[in-house]
Amino acid sequence: MATLKEVQTKISGVKKTKQITKAMNMVAASRLRGAQMAMEAFKPYAEKYAEVLGNLSEKASGDADPLLIKKEEVKNIHLIICTSDRGLCGGFNANLINKAKEFIKEKQVSNVNTTVTNFGKKGRDAFKKSSVEIVDEHIGVVGSSFNFSVASNSGQSMINKFLEGIYDEVYVLYAAFKGMGKQVPTIRHLLPVSAIDAVDKDINAPYQAEHICEPSPDELLGEMLPKNIFIQIHNALLETSTSEHAARMSAMDNATKACNDLVEELTLVYNKARQAGITADLMDIVGGAEALKG
Amino acid sequence: MADNIKLEVVTPEKYVVSEDVQIVMAPGTLGEFGILSGHTPFLTTLKAGSLSYKDNSGIDRALFVSGGFAEALPDKVIILAESAERRRDIDLDRAQQSLDRAQKRIDQKKENFDYERARISLQRAISRIGIVKTSI
Repeated sequence: MATLKEVQTKISGVKKTKQITKAMNMVAASRLRGAQMAMEAFKPYAEKYAEVLGNLSEKASGDADPLLIKKEEVKNIHLIICTSDRGLCGGFNANLINKAKEFIKEKQVSNVNTTVTNFGKKGRDAFKKSSVEIVDEHIGVVGSSFNFSVASNSGQSMINKFLEGIYDEVYVLYAAFKGMGKQVPTIRHLLPVSAIDAVDKDINAPYQAEHICEPSPDELLGEMLPKNIFIQIHNALLETSTSEHAARMSAMDNATKACNDLVEELTLVYNKARQAGITADLMDIVGGAEALKG
Repeated sequence: MADNIKLEVVTPEKYVVSEDVQIVMAPGTLGEFGILSGHTPFLTTLKAGSLSYKDNSGIDRALFVSGGFAEALPDKVIILAESAERRRDIDLDRAQQSLDRAQKRIDQKKENFDYERARISLQRAISRIGIVKTSI
């Protein structure tokens, strides 16, 4: 049986760990609020954009823009991977990385080569060791506050490389935020742009005259499509950030609970050890007294 | 009085304006245009400049928008701007500084000088300053 001192040290150690996990939980909670607010703030823009683009796409011709044209032979694809910079958030990063690896393997079977761009340190570290080529990496974005230019710069380089023919397809992998306890690794197809889903039209909506477009619908589409890619990347980053904080919050919550259980258990051990000590001491005294009586 | 039209200005960061207004004047790439209620559906790109409108009670208001898209529908106008600043948010000193810088770049005409970039920042600065100075 462990000595009293040992158990005591262990208890105070676990208590200190608990303080840390509790603090991290609270930090994650406040960051989560910030991230969620940024996500909420972005939503109207993305929604309105989809609405306008939906209206426009009805007018433009199917192959109006090079971004819409599918490559006949797909050989090189690119995957943007969003993970967090920091750990201690449960299986959050592992899930994302596994999903990415699965995807890459799947593509390899059909002889398609995948290169990656990493947002977040964890994803980068995971792929540094593998044979997958990392084209670009962005650290310090996910999980902090960032502005739209991050997405537009990265998106622009995707578009350029797509147009140059270096990438035949581009995908983005991110953690979709489905709620506090649910973050789902999701892969979304970015390029070439598949037919735009028009926003569900209200059948009873009053008749609307056709849009006048200035410049022509095709030109407008050429302006709007790249922007839409940026929006999707930005959205992926925002969702991953929010998911990261949510995942960390619940991971830390679990850790705190585990600490509580452990302290309880250890206290029991401690008390037992103390009791055993007292009994032993008593036995000694009684034994001594008996001996003196003679 | 004509009916009001709903103006919605959104940027990636936030919802800037959402209110009923009497008239909207926006800086289209092919020229400035005004929109009243009942406008035929219309879609265009915007350049950097001043977006002004007369609000419900007839007060003139102005925003600086740095390019984007505008969609007009009979009952509403959606402005998708890369960024938008209300008059009170415009930093006059900063605008003046960037105006000077851009002007200097244009005057000096160094090698590998990017005229287009200088022109755009000049235009931005001028319209920012214009918004602050013209109307109080």
